Amino acid sequence: MKEFDYRRAQDVTGAVALLAAAADARFLGGGTNLVDLMKSGVERPDLLVDVRELPLDRVESTADGGLRIGATVTNSDLAAHPDVRRRYPALTQAVLAGASGQLRNMATVGGNLLQRTRCGYFTDVSGPCNKRVPGSGCPAVAGEHHNHAVLGASGHCVAVHPSDMGVALTAFDAQVRYETLDGPGEVPLTDLYLPVGDTPHRETALPPGALITHITLPPAPLAAHSRYRKVRERASYAFAIGSVAAALDMKDGQVREARLALGAVASRPWRARAAETVLTGAPATGETFAAAADAELAAAAPLPDNGYKVTLMRNLMVSVLTELAEGDAR
Amino acid sequence: MAPTPSSTTSTLTLDINGEKHHLSVDHRTTLLDALRERLGLTGTKKGCDQGQCGACTVLLDRRRVVSCLHLAVAAEGCEITTIEGIADGDDLHPVQQAFLDLDGYQCGYCTPGQVCSAIAVIEEHAAGWPSAATEDVRPESVPPPLTPDEIRERMSGNLCRCGAYVSIVQAVARGARAHEEARTATAEEAAA
Repeated sequence: MKEFDYRRAQDVTGAVALLAAAADARFLGGGTNLVDLMKSGVERPDLLVDVRELPLDRVESTADGGLRIGATVTNSDLAAHPDVRRRYPALTQAVLAGASGQLRNMATVGGNLLQRTRCGYFTDVSGPCNKRVPGSGCPAVAGEHHNHAVLGASGHCVAVHPSDMGVALTAFDAQVRYETLDGPGEVPLTDLYLPVGDTPHRETALPPGALITHITLPPAPLAAHSRYRKVRERASYAFAIGSVAAALDMKDGQVREARLALGAVASRPWRARAAETVLTGAPATGETFAAAADAELAAAAPLPDNGYKVTLMRNLMVSVLTELAEGDAR
Repeated sequence: MAPTPSSTTSTLTLDINGEKHHLSVDHRTTLLDALRERLGLTGTKKGCDQGQCGACTVLLDRRRVVSCLHLAVAAEGCEITTIEGIADGDDLHPVQQAFLDLDGYQCGYCTPGQVCSAIAVIEEHAAGWPSAATEDVRPESVPPPLTPDEIRERMSGNLCRCGAYVSIVQAVARGARAHEEARTATAEEAAA
């Protein structure tokens, strides 16, 4: 590991200023991904600005009935919060489906969104990777890619975003608030991650040096009737091979509104807007759910070894939507 | 902590098992390496060193964390509890006693991490935290009993390469019962 300086920030303005003063600094939250990447040499910062003592560790209800989640709230505290469990249960389920109890106690909400892909070629500094060394090539396209992207990828990178939390936040229209030297800013979570294209090393739309301070969730009554389901290669403590966050608002057997987001299929948590369009106003039947899934997956472009994900995601979407519809009918 | 301008080392104080330790560390030092290599607290074990196996689990402010991914310099100001601080003198913690009585191990290498993690699992469950094995996570729902399925899910961050999981699950369940009995006894004493 490269040597580095370490500072603890006491306020947001100070944290942003500390980071800007160094050539190659990183904010340190829980460190569960960053410290690991520093050990393997993928990340080589000259300064860590520890943000865990910043006053960003609260989950608060907003006046309009939404939630404001501080960026240093740990995964554990977010999942256990009564308002999250009551009003956005799929968010609690998504967080609890990720990592282990130890890691959830360390990891923060801001860090979760900015964590890096677990693609084996990205973390292996002995070989090429366009995300790590721009222009060096993507060995995954012709190599090990059974868990890689089927939506929104390019020939330059087929890595997936590993977050579970981000999938539920994406379904619920989360906004990402950040602070910079020039003042605060905000970006919808659906626009936080840049298209892959030929610049997979450019991952987010955050300005250089920006510190995520809060995630806000607008009020969403239908989110109280939501569910997250994750498929993985073992029962616990593994990254997804596919996941779905969904919420349904129904009346008289018709879907009034639907929210749907997919995980482990793209370089970002994938908001399934094509599926939502099919669902809205349609009868809540298996045929509708299958048509919605097919509409979303029409754009899928699987590689030789990950075509199973298209079938998996279709079945997963239909299954979760069916469960939600049946639960509503009870 | 007193860092000098653009320094790669810090002098710090770590509060471990109720005792203050003063040391100077390279910032690259993990809490795990500080415990084992600098302070002689070798009960905490290094397994994968990547946050995947849980052998290095310790409690920071009573919450379980993996010390291999926690920088020592970032642990200043926290109350750190390692396996050496779990027992009350010669009286083993009920979870330690349960692992011993039920053979919740074979080689024992993962055991300090298993015990620290189990103690935290019991507290998390008592505080009403749901898990991925909990069907209904809404706060109004009945808290899930600590079934074998709940224990397996909540302990999934602690690997045992000997495969002593059957006994580990039993030991955690017995430790949880002892914890609950102690709480009830305390409540009854308070009421009496």
